[in-house]
Amino acid sequence: MNFWRSNRFWAWIALSFGILYFALPLIGTFEFSLRMKRGEYSLEAYRVILGDPRFQATFLYSVMMALLTIVVGVLLVVPTAYWVRLKLPRWRPVVEFITLLPLIIPAIVIVFGYIRMYNTSSALPLTGSAFGTDILMVAGYTVLALPYMYRAVDTGLRTLDITTLTEAAESLGANKITILAKIILPNVLVAILSGAFLTFAIVIGEFVFAALLNRPAFGPFMQLIGANRAYEPAALAVIAFSITWLCMGLMQLVTRLQQHTQVKQFR
Amino acid sequence: MAFLEISNLQKDYAGNRVVENFNLAVEQGEFISFLGPSGCGKTTVLRMVAGFETPSAGSIRIDGKDVVNLKPNQRNIGMVFQAYALFPNMTVAQNLAFGLKVAGKSKAEIESTVQEMLALIKLEELGQRYPFQLSGGQQQRVALARALAVKPKLLLLDEPLSALDAKIRVSLREEIRSIQRKLQITTIFVTHDQEEALSMSDRIVVMHKGKADQLGTPFEIYNQPKTRFVASFVGTINVLEGVVTNPQTGSFKLNGTELSLGRSLSKLKMGDSIALALRPEAASLGQVARKAGQLQGIVQDVNFLGSVIRVRVKVGESVLSLDGFNQPLVAPPKAGAQVIVSFSPEELLVLAD
Repeated sequence: MNFWRSNRFWAWIALSFGILYFALPLIGTFEFSLRMKRGEYSLEAYRVILGDPRFQATFLYSVMMALLTIVVGVLLVVPTAYWVRLKLPRWRPVVEFITLLPLIIPAIVIVFGYIRMYNTSSALPLTGSAFGTDILMVAGYTVLALPYMYRAVDTGLRTLDITTLTEAAESLGANKITILAKIILPNVLVAILSGAFLTFAIVIGEFVFAALLNRPAFGPFMQLIGANRAYEPAALAVIAFSITWLCMGLMQLVTRLQQHTQVKQFR
Repeated sequence: MAFLEISNLQKDYAGNRVVENFNLAVEQGEFISFLGPSGCGKTTVLRMVAGFETPSAGSIRIDGKDVVNLKPNQRNIGMVFQAYALFPNMTVAQNLAFGLKVAGKSKAEIESTVQEMLALIKLEELGQRYPFQLSGGQQQRVALARALAVKPKLLLLDEPLSALDAKIRVSLREEIRSIQRKLQITTIFVTHDQEEALSMSDRIVVMHKGKADQLGTPFEIYNQPKTRFVASFVGTINVLEGVVTNPQTGSFKLNGTELSLGRSLSKLKMGDSIALALRPEAASLGQVARKAGQLQGIVQDVNFLGSVIRVRVKVGESVLSLDGFNQPLVAPPKAGAQVIVSFSPEELLVLAD
């Protein structure tokens, strides 16, 4: 068949268009971020940003929030997904729907709900202190990450015969906590890691929660720099993209690792 | 008192009774098989003994203790599943050690028990392998050893050989029986494979529609089936319909010929119809002097099975199967040939419904 009329030709055209559509703005941003010093390419913008104490403080804060969100998410999602699969399989669609709600309800609605529920004149005035607000932030981020974390863990559990594994462990004297910690958790670790990287990527650049709850996170810092500087925001955008890509890359890596194990298991 | 006593056990699912009035007494060290088709309730009874299902009524006593209200992890029961259920994240040795660690045994005791179990299943060199690195047969041996490592009072085997290929199934069933005899552990084995049940068990419970149809040794179950279902499920049978002519002498009429079972039919009266089972190996082709029962028929087809030749003969409206040993110098009959089927009436089994 003629190459020009073949499907491959159009596939290459579509791919090239996609690459240009996504890559050109990034290449442009990256190129611009290198032009802080006049007449030469340099990493000056990166030096300034990385040396800024506010960058270090906000980035560290967001990393802490992301890690706490991952821990809370795992503690919430793994036992729930396990229990639903084991004892309440008919409730799976309902639970799945609930976990998808954060994709439908905007973050701003959730955060206003929190502010109304937990303001200083409420029964539980969490917004009254930095620590209380941080708890709200982690709770909110856990909700935002729920669709990704739940799906990742549920998919991981699907590859296991959890009913038989649970019964085998119970017949050997184990209780449900031992079974979760020693059997279920290690076997869905790859799925959890995949959910964790997604959670990390979401939390690290999140703006709405941090801005409205007035916490020193990386998202508002990026907005602040973007509004007041020329070259640094471009450098910051490249850094943020790199972090997200690193997370996605690691996720791909662990997913491949999981597939490898599955192939081996069913050989 | 028996070691395991199951009394009036019953299980209902949404108004549907899947196990009804099930009673069983198992002595210590006995190997009992639950045999029956899919959906007969055999696995449900086993799961109630293990604690994974709660009985709707009845009691289960192990070593004199009622266990109905105990959780599965409090019953000290070892269980082997059809799907092996080895923990994929643990090596063979770690799988074997799991139950011992949960029980809080010392490191030295765990180490020695793991070695003992590996030796028992003859897999000493595979302790550091993961389940996915083992064959199906090896995985099931590890699952058996894992269940035995915690020294359970009772061993439950839920169709452990069903997922394996035929050759491994035969060798593993011999291995399981030999280990069970060696350890003298009371065992319940669930299977739908009559050959497994007949070859391994001390006694067999044949289950049908949630009830125990018959309990007996393999010899009794095969040779003296009490119901039409047991006779047809265990082995192959030919059912002959006769009419009782003298219940005291056990005489009956079959295809116009008067024959006698040689034993009384006390529960029947003259003129009652009677269902009689004839095993394929109990009938012969051609006239045999010592066999009084004779039926004329036409050969329908001949199946050569190696050591055995199965001939199907149309007699009146019914078709009888006959098994005979292959004799290299005697050619089997051809389809369409007129033949006489001979049998001893005394070998006929009277079937109750």
